[in-house]
Amino acid sequence: MSATTALVTVPAEHAARRKAQWYRVPALMAGLTLLVIILFMVIGAPLLTSHNPDVQDLNAILGGPSSQHLLGTDQLGRDTWSRLLYGGRVDLQVAFIAVLFPFVLGTVLGSLAGYFGGWADLIIMRVVDIVVAFPFYVLIIALVFVLGPGESSIYIAITAVGWVSYARIVRGEILIAKRQEYVLAAQSGGLSHLRIMGRHLLPNVITQGIIYAMSDIVQDILAIVTLSYLGLGIQPPTPDWGTMIANGQNFLTTHWELTTIPGLAVVVTGLALSLIGDGLADLLRPGQS
Amino acid sequence: MTGPVLEVRDLQVQIHSRRGVVRAVDGVSLEVPRGGAVGLVGESGSGKSMTLRSILGVLPPEAKITAGQVLLDGTDLVPLPTSALNRIRGPKLAMIFQEPMSALNPVMRVGWQIAEGPQVHLGFSRSRAAERAVELMYRVGIPDPERRFKAYPHEFSGGMRQRVMIAIALSCEPEVILCDEPTTALDVTIQDQILRLLAQLCQESGVSLLFVTHDLPVVAQLCQELAVMYGGQLVERGPVADVFSQPSHPYTLGLLRSAPDVEEVRDSLVPIPGSPPSLISPPAGCRFHPRCAFAEADCRQTVPPLRLLSSGRATACLHHERCLESARAEAAR
Amino acid sequence: MTFVGRRLLLLVPVAIGVTIIVFFMIHLIPGDPARTILGIHATPKAVALLHQQWGLNRPLASQYWLFVDRLLHGNLGQSLYYSQPAGGLIWGRLPATLWLIVYTAVLSIVISVPLAMLAATRKNGVRDHVVRVVPLLGLGMPPFWVGLLLQYALALTLHIFPVTGYGSGIGGHVRSMFLPSLTVAVGLSPVVIRSLRASMLSVLGADYITTARSKGVPGRRLFVRHVLRNAIIPAVTVLGINIGFLIGGTLIVENVFALPGIGSLMIQSIFNRDFPVVQGVTLIFGVLVVLVNLLTDVAYATLDPRVRFDR
Repeated sequence: MSATTALVTVPAEHAARRKAQWYRVPALMAGLTLLVIILFMVIGAPLLTSHNPDVQDLNAILGGPSSQHLLGTDQLGRDTWSRLLYGGRVDLQVAFIAVLFPFVLGTVLGSLAGYFGGWADLIIMRVVDIVVAFPFYVLIIALVFVLGPGESSIYIAITAVGWVSYARIVRGEILIAKRQEYVLAAQSGGLSHLRIMGRHLLPNVITQGIIYAMSDIVQDILAIVTLSYLGLGIQPPTPDWGTMIANGQNFLTTHWELTTIPGLAVVVTGLALSLIGDGLADLLRPGQS
Repeated sequence: MTGPVLEVRDLQVQIHSRRGVVRAVDGVSLEVPRGGAVGLVGESGSGKSMTLRSILGVLPPEAKITAGQVLLDGTDLVPLPTSALNRIRGPKLAMIFQEPMSALNPVMRVGWQIAEGPQVHLGFSRSRAAERAVELMYRVGIPDPERRFKAYPHEFSGGMRQRVMIAIALSCEPEVILCDEPTTALDVTIQDQILRLLAQLCQESGVSLLFVTHDLPVVAQLCQELAVMYGGQLVERGPVADVFSQPSHPYTLGLLRSAPDVEEVRDSLVPIPGSPPSLISPPAGCRFHPRCAFAEADCRQTVPPLRLLSSGRATACLHHERCLESARAEAAR
Repeated sequence: MTFVGRRLLLLVPVAIGVTIIVFFMIHLIPGDPARTILGIHATPKAVALLHQQWGLNRPLASQYWLFVDRLLHGNLGQSLYYSQPAGGLIWGRLPATLWLIVYTAVLSIVISVPLAMLAATRKNGVRDHVVRVVPLLGLGMPPFWVGLLLQYALALTLHIFPVTGYGSGIGGHVRSMFLPSLTVAVGLSPVVIRSLRASMLSVLGADYITTARSKGVPGRRLFVRHVLRNAIIPAVTVLGINIGFLIGGTLIVENVFALPGIGSLMIQSIFNRDFPVVQGVTLIFGVLVVLVNLLTDVAYATLDPRVRFDR
């Protein structure tokens, strides 16, 4: 998948769970605060702007910031500020949903591979190797091309490519966890495999997956924005940050803010999520000295 | 030149940790005579390794020398900057460590690790340094040195790796070799070999040794003099034979009783009751008094200084005669 | 069996799998692939011709054999748009992409090593925290956006670098490819910095560094021969894991900077609905990643002698 460190993560130390001190981790707090602000802004879009992001006003194209238009207008006279907010809604919504499917699929397959080993492990991990052999964007773009552009293609493509990282992480965690005493106890107590996996192993093992999911959301946002930039993702007239950047491209020398502002929105959102991910990782792995 | 080759005076080392300031070494003084071997004994946490590392200046970043002097041939090493220290490390002073597997660079061939010293300090060319390394490997008893030169640390056994460490230490012909528990991680038979090697090298080249260990029989085998540390402080000092037969500190007595003795057969090993003192807030007065069978009121009040008993012997116990009595009584049994 | 030999053997199922996925792409197309590709105005004759060319009438297994057979003969199909063999097209555009990949890797290392060093030697200091947080920004930056901004700042406004294009001759390439490579490097460096910093910290605390210090090895030699030499090993692994990102990043960046590489070819072909070329490029990308992973493994074995010997 895209640039990530989670694949090199050391499995969590199960004994050291300091949930009570989560508010002390500065990265986590900063990230959460930032994220809450962002979410508030995009969810509360109707409260923050009276403009409709789709409405064109050909009398007011490419206007700079004014009392009417907080951040100016684009080449079709649409209000940039409202497009930013409503575009954020779309992008974040798609990204947050899109991260769920690979998470679930990857966790299930990774658990099966790790817990049962043998053929299941062999086959699943070979498939992982094959998918990983392709660069993330190449597969995503190829899949979206083949399936046709649009939101549902995005979900399918991201799921098909993104599950592998979760599978690897969960499998790794389970391989270690299943040697623990409480698993052996459960097995000798006659509990079914399903129950053991679901009730005993998974809750302990899932934390690494969640940490990874934070950086995964960032990658998904980037993917969605990139696809839209190319015209393969969110289709106009629905506003979205990628399309905004693409539209602003042609006016780079005169109105660079059309391109810069949506990009900054992506960067800031990415920062918030990365901080949360880092904070969570620090919290669950006491590696401070 | 006369006088001790290495002298430590009132050394103090402190470590800043989250829980407070740890007084790891609290006013330690000792001397290493030219060509002699001095043992520094104590349990883990007594500060003996820290003392050794401060001599060479390779303390971990949290630890600092806060007072005292380290005199090598009369020159104080403590205020020297790293660049000056680097010129001393190797040609004058060398160190061998406890865990040879982790103490050797895993990606560098063993021969070149030995040759590095001469290259850096003595200005040897690559080929000359390599020759020197092979000579040294031969001298420390590594078989087939020309071929083994190219090997990596993980290809050697524990005892062989320790010989490599010794070869590295000898490479620039230092005056003093500091030994930080080099035999602790080895099998008993290999231990013996390494100790014999060290004794032999000591005699042949006249290099002095400061040997840190928690293992008394080892000291007996190798050293002429011995210093005992407890809780960051020095509590007894003297020639090995004297200290063994006439210990004048209860801690030394305790150590002797709890260690299996090669020469005598003991009926039972008696461990020292209690546990090592906290170095952040040590007990008032004599640090050993909570565990001491002979402790009295004055032991709890002031820290007893190290006092000379006779030439070469010193103790920090206020009631060392009772200790001596107890030891004699036991020997008589 | 040597380390490298074993790695090569493991590649075989992966290589086969890669071909299977690429082959299957055509069957993911909803409806009749030929008709969808050719579009609404396709004549029945054209559709039938394509069916025959691609063997769409035959059973799946024999289609796959046909595909693999052609592959082994170097035939990647015929471009619908250019009416040329796709293989030739791709081959011609490979150099630009390879340049971009190598240049990006070099720039990432040049950026990451000093920064990681700075952070590791001043652990928990101000510089360390800055080096740890700033890359988080880099992670969130869409590559094409970074490219656009760099174009604006350094090319359009300051005229230091050309805006687009590949340039000619080595010098021209170095100049023209700087901005695109930097764009991808900005995304890759955060990860490399993080892992280099971590491995440097762990090496700095290792016993053999204390030994080297006690030997009196001076600062620079200590750092290069002892610290860096060991710290680089896990970093190579991390770089290898993220090769997918490195190679995939070329896709969009080539588009933004109008570089004649296989990435921009793929995007153009997507808009030209030139399926065979898209399929061909996807395959080549897969092969590239597999090859680079192999290279990384070899590099790893070269750097770490403990791995070389079969224990």
